[in-house]
Amino acid sequence: MKPATASGRPEPAALLPERFRQWFAGRGWTPRAHQLDLLEKARSRRSVLLIAPTGGGKTLAGFLPSLVELSFQSENRKRRQPQRTPSPLVGEGWGGGASLSGSPLPPSRIDSRSDLPHKGGGKESRGLHTLYISPLKALAVDIARNLEIPVREMGLDIRLETRTGDTPTSKRQRQRRDPPDILLTTPEQLALLLASADAPFMFANLQRVVLDELHSLVTSKRGDLLSLGLARLFALAPQMTTVGLSATVAEPDELCRFLVPQPLDGKRYADRVVAQPGAAPDVTMLDTSERLPWAGHSARHALGEIYDLIKRHKTTLIFVNTRSQAEFTFQALWGINDDNLAIALHHGSLDVAQRRKVEDAMSAGRLRAVVCTSSLDLGVDWGDVDLVVNIGAPKGSSRLLQRIGRANHRLDEPSRAVLVPANRFEVLECRAAIDAVADNAQDTPPLRTGALDVLAQHILGRAVGEPFLADDLYAEVRAAAPYAGLARTDFDDALEFVATGGYALKAYERFAKIRQTKDGKWRISHPNVAQRYRMNIGTIVEADMLKVRLVRARRSTAAIPRGGRVLGQVEEYFIEGLTPGDTFVFAGEILRYEALVENEVYVSRSSADDPKVPAYEGGKFPLSTYLAARVRGLLADPKAWRALPVQVRDWLKIQQWRSLLPKAGDLLVETFPRANKHYLVCYPFEGRLAHQTLGMLLTRRLERAGLKPLGFVANEYALAVWGLSDLGAAIAGGTLSLRALFDQDMLGDDLEAWLDESALMKRTFRSCAIIAGLIERRFPGAEKSRRQLTISTDLVYDVLRKHQPDHLLLRAARADAATGLLDIKRLGDMLSRIEGRIVHQSLDHVSPLAVPVMLEIGRETVYGEAADSLLAEAADDLVKEAMT
Amino acid sequence: MKKSAQAGLFSSLSPLVGEDRGGESAFVAAHTITIASVPLVVDPSGALYWPEQGLLAVSDLHLEKGSSFAVRGQLLPPYDTAATLSRLTQLIARYAPRVVVALGDSFHDGGGPARLADSDRQQLTAMQRGRDWIWITGNHDPDPADGIGGVFQHALEIGVLTFRHLPTGAPGEIAGHLHPVARISQRGRSIRRRCFAADAKRMVMPAFGAFTGGLNVRDAAFADLFGTLVFTAHMLGDSRLYAFPAKRCLAD
Repeated sequence: MKPATASGRPEPAALLPERFRQWFAGRGWTPRAHQLDLLEKARSRRSVLLIAPTGGGKTLAGFLPSLVELSFQSENRKRRQPQRTPSPLVGEGWGGGASLSGSPLPPSRIDSRSDLPHKGGGKESRGLHTLYISPLKALAVDIARNLEIPVREMGLDIRLETRTGDTPTSKRQRQRRDPPDILLTTPEQLALLLASADAPFMFANLQRVVLDELHSLVTSKRGDLLSLGLARLFALAPQMTTVGLSATVAEPDELCRFLVPQPLDGKRYADRVVAQPGAAPDVTMLDTSERLPWAGHSARHALGEIYDLIKRHKTTLIFVNTRSQAEFTFQALWGINDDNLAIALHHGSLDVAQRRKVEDAMSAGRLRAVVCTSSLDLGVDWGDVDLVVNIGAPKGSSRLLQRIGRANHRLDEPSRAVLVPANRFEVLECRAAIDAVADNAQDTPPLRTGALDVLAQHILGRAVGEPFLADDLYAEVRAAAPYAGLARTDFDDALEFVATGGYALKAYERFAKIRQTKDGKWRISHPNVAQRYRMNIGTIVEADMLKVRLVRARRSTAAIPRGGRVLGQVEEYFIEGLTPGDTFVFAGEILRYEALVENEVYVSRSSADDPKVPAYEGGKFPLSTYLAARVRGLLADPKAWRALPVQVRDWLKIQQWRSLLPKAGDLLVETFPRANKHYLVCYPFEGRLAHQTLGMLLTRRLERAGLKPLGFVANEYALAVWGLSDLGAAIAGGTLSLRALFDQDMLGDDLEAWLDESALMKRTFRSCAIIAGLIERRFPGAEKSRRQLTISTDLVYDVLRKHQPDHLLLRAARADAATGLLDIKRLGDMLSRIEGRIVHQSLDHVSPLAVPVMLEIGRETVYGEAADSLLAEAADDLVKEAMT
Repeated sequence: MKKSAQAGLFSSLSPLVGEDRGGESAFVAAHTITIASVPLVVDPSGALYWPEQGLLAVSDLHLEKGSSFAVRGQLLPPYDTAATLSRLTQLIARYAPRVVVALGDSFHDGGGPARLADSDRQQLTAMQRGRDWIWITGNHDPDPADGIGGVFQHALEIGVLTFRHLPTGAPGEIAGHLHPVARISQRGRSIRRRCFAADAKRMVMPAFGAFTGGLNVRDAAFADLFGTLVFTAHMLGDSRLYAFPAKRCLAD
């Protein structure tokens, strides 16, 4: 489908009312081609996907059709009632559209004390016209603020409101009775609105749904939930159309499918409009004069050069991949900040108030640099950023393009970005990414297959809204693109799960949450089912987070002082690994872990120079498959090395001489002895997650073969396994076949056996159980009862796995494991790619290519699931202590 | 079938390590805790065996906990009772005890016995055949119940030992109720397991039920009971127990 061209479009005059044209002119703007295209699509009532770079007036384009339509509506109304008399529901101080200019929109046209029912006579209710959905609460609020400007300046009689988790209950209730013209909200709030008896009234006149940052919404379970909500909206308001706003993606057709209801056979697509791309970005790699590190992610060597870049630019955004990196970089930059530049820190674990402060200072132009994680990948536009620095591996081409887009929102000037690789492998990855950006190559993930746990949540929500027939709901759900291929049996299982838990042992009929009544419709069995559904909605299951509170240091025996400032939140499992006295970096400071008091981590300021505990995870993205292939290609092509720094070229040359460099499709496996241990290192380039799973499975197999593996460590590019037996000799002697070791059948029994005990699998199951509503996190009443009301999902997992291995939730968890924490699908693809293409090098000592992953040993946690052997080791330590 | 799939891989290696671990009980070294000079065998499953008396004790079975949640609207799997009883059946087969003591909170709530599935009830009856069965009452199940056999007692005294549900700290006491767990951190990884908490005079048994959580031994409740932190956490491993001084264990 080709984008509409200017020639086929009516003149702006025909599409844009006079008032709008004057407003554009008054700002010195002319409507952009894609903005007019969207007006045109709206006129012919087509759903549309707009692909535009940041700064292309994307949001305004999405809203223009609604603003124009609403302005006509109010004109007509005025014509009919020249002396508009306030309706019974109108509060004081509302004087018609014209008097609006110059004053902020009145928050409400209705007296909130009024309890008149919405169907009360006399009111000319327009109903909700446009619904805007954003992935971020803050973005919805910000867009609303921005949108109020044209509404006010043009004096439009349009009421626009936001609805987020922070919206007071009274306002939420009022919004249902008397909806605004435009409502800006999030996918979770949409689900809540739909799970209400008011939904058919509220959405009856809905004309348009605007989905912002659609490319980011569709990649998660939130996207699944949103797709089901859209399917419901299409059923309630068949007249409505959708507008998807997206950055460039690899598969735009998939997003086009997301935007329209899918037919039961075949596929249907929204139209596509592609805005003129901005100037090509100017991306370079920092050509450091320092020595390039072999491993690590700190980019410590380049900090001076990064500081110089900050000094030479107005405002710099410094992206890093993990929160710990953000903490480190922020600290290190302040360590050399002789000019006292305003450098700030921003990441997802920091306290919200602290983040808002940074964002506000940024908007006001008071900052010279912000060190941030993906927490700033999306969101509010900042015009003044003139440089983006990306420290570490870019991970993916699309991700990098997004980040680069955060600089310079003026389309006609190129965005400037500097990539700073933190180690040698990252140089390769940066080089590959720069080439990919030059090709404008996209590697966004494909559209998801809708998750069953999200479906279960939606089914319950539908029953909370109004009774339904199973056949009708099945048809409705399949209109959502991610669920278009949903099998009836899966749907029925999900329905059964919601009703009675879906157990083969039919024990819970009398405790059913939803029941079929005589008319065949499913309805909730008790009002408190609805209450509990509302309290537990959503698909974002965070790891259990603990508040970090700063207290004064404890003197040896004194009680811990209470009640300091909250610095932010950390994952519970990070704290579990600490003992009091350990130091770590957080919120830009080196902190000492004092104690865990109820649900809060007490920390004090530490005078240590280096934190004892190096890192905590958070926000690690796997290297995209696309970029991985490019890196392998680069490695295999010595001619392309010319674009690499000399240090890296030398490194690769020595590798070629000492061992070899694999061809692009091959898997290189090296074996060598070192310090009484034997190592096997392979280089799949499939990302840390897939490598960890592979490491788990390889060690299992080696153990069974009696080759006594001791541990393994994985990074983004390679995997190293070590043990006590000479693996090289076993391969040479024919007792160990690499082909068989890497055979795809490891994804069968071995995987199953490992998954049974895997902590990652249990974590995956936990999210599914929470999303599907098996485990409720929030209960009506006191928070105190929580402990008695919750049960460890690990115990449920163990029992379920033994007694009903095909239960819906286990299926959902396995589907997640395929792409999530375990990345099994990618591992499977890799194993089939390398079949018959394994190249083995038996070496006397470590190869240059192996050095980076070898250096991770001791720095990274050594993975292994054998908790018992650790217990035995701890017990032995005690014995030793006692004996010496 | 598993073996044939692996045959090509390690053809010359046999026997395959890890595949011949069947009959694990044969390798379990007995772990003994002496309470008031009475040596008691503790099992990695969380049970206690007193050889001299042929007495097997398990605590806090919390049978029908799943259905207890279901009554309140959380439809947890209904398999916990079957899972707990089948582990108990294995233990009884192994130790062939003369008397079994269920140390209280055997059912998660008073309605539990009535909700027992027929198959579970039959399994319970089968276990009780040919031996004495004593239900010690607990706070979750304070009253005797019908249809589950056995006799009901608030406490059981044999020689110097007293079996009761709620721990009082008295010498010679074997109690339950607290669901002790211990946590150890080794090489940056945290391991949390159920445990027996004991000193030379008294013991708190771990919960045996499939759906039972735990209370960390560093909780004040344990210090109150033992007077100090001078007691030992015997953590349950896969096939043996690991003993750690309470001081070495971490709080949650």
